[in-house]
Amino acid sequence: MSEVRLLSTSAILGYGFPEASLEAGMARRPHMIGVDGGSVDPGPYYLGAGKPFCSIMAIRRDLRLMLRAAIGAGIPLVIGTSGGSGGEPHLQTVAGLAREIAAEEDLHFRMALIHAEPAREDLLARLAAGRVRPLAGLPPLEAEVVGRAERIVGMMGPEPFLQAMEGGAQVILAGRSSDPAPWVAACLRAGLPPAPAWYAGKMLECGATPSLPKGHDCLLVTIRDDHVDCEPMNPIRRCTPLSIANHSLHENASPIHHVEPGGMLDTSDCRFDALSDRAVRISGMRWTPAQQYTVKLEGVERAGYRSICVCGTRDPLLIGRIDVFIEEIRKIVAEKAGAFGATPEKYKLAFRVYGRDGVMAEREPLRDATPHELGFVIEVVGETQEVATAVLGIARTNMLHTDFPGRLCREGNMAFPFSPSDVEVGAVYRFSVYHVLALDDPCEIFPIEYEEV
Amino acid sequence: MPRIRDIAKVCKSKNAGPFELTVDVVFDDPDLYRRVKATGVLGPDLIARLYGVSPNQVLFTPYDAASAFKATFPRLLPSGEVGDTDVYGCQQHAPLLDVDLPV
Repeated sequence: MSEVRLLSTSAILGYGFPEASLEAGMARRPHMIGVDGGSVDPGPYYLGAGKPFCSIMAIRRDLRLMLRAAIGAGIPLVIGTSGGSGGEPHLQTVAGLAREIAAEEDLHFRMALIHAEPAREDLLARLAAGRVRPLAGLPPLEAEVVGRAERIVGMMGPEPFLQAMEGGAQVILAGRSSDPAPWVAACLRAGLPPAPAWYAGKMLECGATPSLPKGHDCLLVTIRDDHVDCEPMNPIRRCTPLSIANHSLHENASPIHHVEPGGMLDTSDCRFDALSDRAVRISGMRWTPAQQYTVKLEGVERAGYRSICVCGTRDPLLIGRIDVFIEEIRKIVAEKAGAFGATPEKYKLAFRVYGRDGVMAEREPLRDATPHELGFVIEVVGETQEVATAVLGIARTNMLHTDFPGRLCREGNMAFPFSPSDVEVGAVYRFSVYHVLALDDPCEIFPIEYEEV
Repeated sequence: MPRIRDIAKVCKSKNAGPFELTVDVVFDDPDLYRRVKATGVLGPDLIARLYGVSPNQVLFTPYDAASAFKATFPRLLPSGEVGDTDVYGCQQHAPLLDVDLPV
């Protein structure tokens, strides 16, 4: 095959895309359509809780259109990092939706589910065998951290996708995957070299994000032996050398060395050439295979339970002494919450001050600005939800009613936009595993299950 | 003297994984990019000063092919950790906007 055409519908399954863009993409006779199903970006909660960060309604809508298009055209539909985080509950959620849509639409296909949540004993054995090393300056992984984790996923490369394609699956739903992996698999299967395959994958994983205006929409990428052509399917968008160059920097530590399972994509000598006013050709990428095949592990553990309250002040006398005021509230809370058994070691209390440093915290360089209003998120993370909510109640009441020198607003210090003012947010998770695992076989921790839908 | 906000086409921040932040400044004119690069203003020391990290914690890469500069360094707290203020890390670019570039 001299070229492969791949159609990505959006940045994430559930972000939406115009139907007309999908139709325009299908008219270009792609060899495969797909979409990235998730990201680590929304933070640790979704992996821990087993829930998607897009709504079921939004995922169902996108998946229905994609299934109809792919099955109608007789081409594969491939989704990586299903359900947002690619754990087992996430994968099962999307698989359930696929079965439901197939029944409603009378669609029939062979489906592969690629699992990415290896058993804890398996991980512990690999850890003991010295196959795991840390990333991003973290300490070495310890068995207790593995044991304590709420969920740990492995991030697969293209090989499990390739295996599922060779196994005859038309619809492939995978757990946690390297974002480019499904697209790389399609290219490798067609006999294209890894360098343009990985580059194409990096463009396709975000849908039409590498175009202007940026938006969640469809992107068609054509891959040949030594280059990659990108073109958005919506006529209102254009890929330009700048938009593509900008996207090549996306979410990666280095703009030139992209470490992936099985090797490194080197983009130092890439060229970005406009093919038209809306399509761009990228060439000059290189691929260096790794000595050792590795996959990333991502895991989270529970950090407590959160309750929050949103409020604001428009009082210049209070704004002028807000730091002292908050310190006083902290003391009152410690005393009053301690009196009902919520002693300080059972919770963390934070006052996020928007209008001062709510966005950048200690890294905020503007320290002497005087805003006319300040917004607060009062936050308590407690060892139980009950503790969090009880401590928050005391903090909120005292933010509202505590006197300060020179106070004129004697009826209350805070404007609350909502009743109830306090929200129970639920379990809080933190990233505890961010390591790489060496594998002898790239598929060995990613079992594939086939079913006829 | 122009500031980054006056002459760059992109100035942004984002997570590079849950533990690191990456900031990018992109120009649309390779000649302007070369002149900015020649000033030496954009480098690990500037990033270290703006973000309160040590220069040896900053991975700084000029990317000639894209007329872009990228710097990656540790987040204040991991994404979503208790106390984190920016889970996606996409609103940490502002200190760069007002950096003067003597071009």
